[in-house]
Amino acid sequence: MSQIAKAKIVWLQGLTCNGNSHSFFNYPQMESFDTHFEVLYHPLLLGELTFESLLASHITFDFLILEGALSHDKTILQKFNHSFEDVLDNLSKRAKHIICAGSCASYGGIFRLRDEAKITGALFSGKNKGGYWKEKRNVINIPGCPLHPRWLVDTLFQLIKEEKISVDEYLRPKEIYSYLMHHGCMRNEYFEWKVDSKQFGEKEGCLFYLQGCQGPMTHSTCNKILWNSVSSKTRAGSPCLGCTEFDFPKKALYETHTNMSLPQTPFGISKRAYYSLAGIAKSFKIERLERKLMDEKDN
Amino acid sequence: MDKKSSKSEKILEAALLLFSKNGFYATTIPDIAKSMGMSVGNIYNYFSSKEKLAKDIIKYSSDILGEEIRKVNEQECSSEEKIRKIVTLYFDMASVKPQHINYFLRVYLANKEVFKDGCEGMLCVSAFVTELMIFFEEGVAKGELRNQDFFSAFGLFMGYLGGFVFLNGEGVLNKNINDYIEDIATNIYNALKQQ
Repeated sequence: MSQIAKAKIVWLQGLTCNGNSHSFFNYPQMESFDTHFEVLYHPLLLGELTFESLLASHITFDFLILEGALSHDKTILQKFNHSFEDVLDNLSKRAKHIICAGSCASYGGIFRLRDEAKITGALFSGKNKGGYWKEKRNVINIPGCPLHPRWLVDTLFQLIKEEKISVDEYLRPKEIYSYLMHHGCMRNEYFEWKVDSKQFGEKEGCLFYLQGCQGPMTHSTCNKILWNSVSSKTRAGSPCLGCTEFDFPKKALYETHTNMSLPQTPFGISKRAYYSLAGIAKSFKIERLERKLMDEKDN
Repeated sequence: MDKKSSKSEKILEAALLLFSKNGFYATTIPDIAKSMGMSVGNIYNYFSSKEKLAKDIIKYSSDILGEEIRKVNEQECSSEEKIRKIVTLYFDMASVKPQHINYFLRVYLANKEVFKDGCEGMLCVSAFVTELMIFFEEGVAKGELRNQDFFSAFGLFMGYLGGFVFLNGEGVLNKNINDYIEDIATNIYNALKQQ
């Protein structure tokens, strides 16, 4: 029986916390992944190649996966006494696809806050085009802090099948990022009737008004493709922090920023439409939604 | 506008005039019918009760005022200038069509029992309040107004204007209400501006 030719992966880290690597390691169908992909180099795994042998080789590969924010500045980022520029120039030329795994590689993320001029994502610095590279055609962003392992692996599978990946203006696959975190949120009824959650971790209430939840303006499938196949931030009672967006992280993540008590409106919804509906919904007190889901009193 | 809508609006206008002048309880459906030269029965073809008519009037007035504030919101000018324009349009309405403001002050606020079912909270004044929400939110977003609780700002703005129109209606002001626009707009801006 002939063996399937495996797609080759090289994983390179910039400024990172390893979060996307660890998320990837939690991919639940790793055996299936292993039959289709071969990791030539990953800084946290014992692979076929060492960093030096990889650099010295002329091996080409299907995927260069970038994790972490990038910088041309040698005082900020280098690898084993090689300038990061040399390393990335060398490897990027040999890759068929470049995948930015996580928000830091995509837009600069948390590390960018240190120095927005010198620390960026691959093709973006926050919202603005032009990051580590001004232009490059074979880059796909899969932001998240961290990304969901299925977002990454599903995209890799699509690419090895040579399926066209449709991306949005921030180079995110639409298959994943055309949804909002809000879609599938189990608290939607509380959102509709403007019933606030009073504290983290409780099952009742919407986290949008007091707890800083950015679910209605954050593109992701967190409430469709669940984390560890069982849950999501909002299901567990913690607000969405908007980690898949170019402006992550905003400040005061667990507070809802308001102007004159009015929060940012959900993505694509005008202030006039949202404030009208919200004001009307708030005019009613829905007793059922004010109560705990599970009453302590047994029948 | 179709014929029925047009007739409905005429009834709303006629009832608005009578309610705002004579009060909700002192005005009857026969009074309204008489003022329009309509039969009492025909009024009921358009509005099933006096209470329903009263609730529709507050929505109607709120829509008219909201639409005027919306035009101000859509202009490219500072919050200070917008405050002046809103004060002006409010006092204009108090001069030219005082029934709208009088209805709000003397019927809607004074007879909450009539409005408790169907006009809860912001339900019947949503169009007008929404425009003020937009005005305040954008003023803060532009760094021109101080960030504070919505109702603190709303009460200061509309309470001031409503109170002033009330004084005007009582005939106690020394000058024409429009002569107060500059002072009042400046006072409101000074109270709301970013320090």
